[in-house]
Amino acid sequence: MPSDDSAPDGLRLTIPADGEGVRAALGALFDTLMLRALPEATRGTAELVLAEVLNNIVEHACAPDGGEIELMLSLADGALTCQIVDRGHPMPGGALPVGRLPPLDPANLPEGGFGWYLIRSLSEELRYERKADSNRLTFRVPAQPDTKQTRL
Amino acid sequence: MELQAEVQGSLLVVTALEERIDAAGAIAFKERMRELTRAPTRRVVLDLSRVTFLDSSGLGAVVAVMKLLGPDRPLELAGLTPSVERVFRLTRMDSVFPIHADIDASLRHAV
Repeated sequence: MPSDDSAPDGLRLTIPADGEGVRAALGALFDTLMLRALPEATRGTAELVLAEVLNNIVEHACAPDGGEIELMLSLADGALTCQIVDRGHPMPGGALPVGRLPPLDPANLPEGGFGWYLIRSLSEELRYERKADSNRLTFRVPAQPDTKQTRL
Repeated sequence: MELQAEVQGSLLVVTALEERIDAAGAIAFKERMRELTRAPTRRVVLDLSRVTFLDSSGLGAVVAVMKLLGPDRPLELAGLTPSVERVFRLTRMDSVFPIHADIDASLRHAV
């Protein structure tokens, strides 16, 4: 994995914007020394938030032509800061979705619409910027002691 | 998506043998479940004890299977690992599915 000399305790990775690329990247990232050092609860949260963010880019921003996604991760005080860049379509309206939990109508249960709700529930300092022709999303996954894992 | 199916009387137990039900595998999971649940058992239990990662696409696929089974045969879940249980709880889907601690508990449970 390429490393960035100017950013200690950081990881940098460019992946293809497709489902298999996301799966492979998560596998590789969460096998790195930096992320293996995180408590299991924080790791689990980080993997879910990153998966939701990357899947959205694959399915919306970079569909149908594909492309590349650049990930920059750094670790400080047990919290993981992530910056994700792609050159796909901008967010509709130039802003992130509100991410409300879809209503659970028993007669017609929702099969989607949970992604941004999970991202917003599990991350902090979520910011989106459209600069030139790229989307830049930054967020933090806070440190979580393992004892709280079952009651997040 | 590797799934194993076993009929025990009125119960069909499907065990997910892979660690992930994610965006890359969600469609395959749904299609395989559709085939396996053609067996006309009264109950269907999905054993998720080996699954350590479920994202919102995986959750959507599990919901889709619940819907295709119809109202008379709700999809029951067993053996949720902590990270999978959390996704169900955060999305309130834990209120929609009958959830058993493990397969043994589902066998004891009479519907």
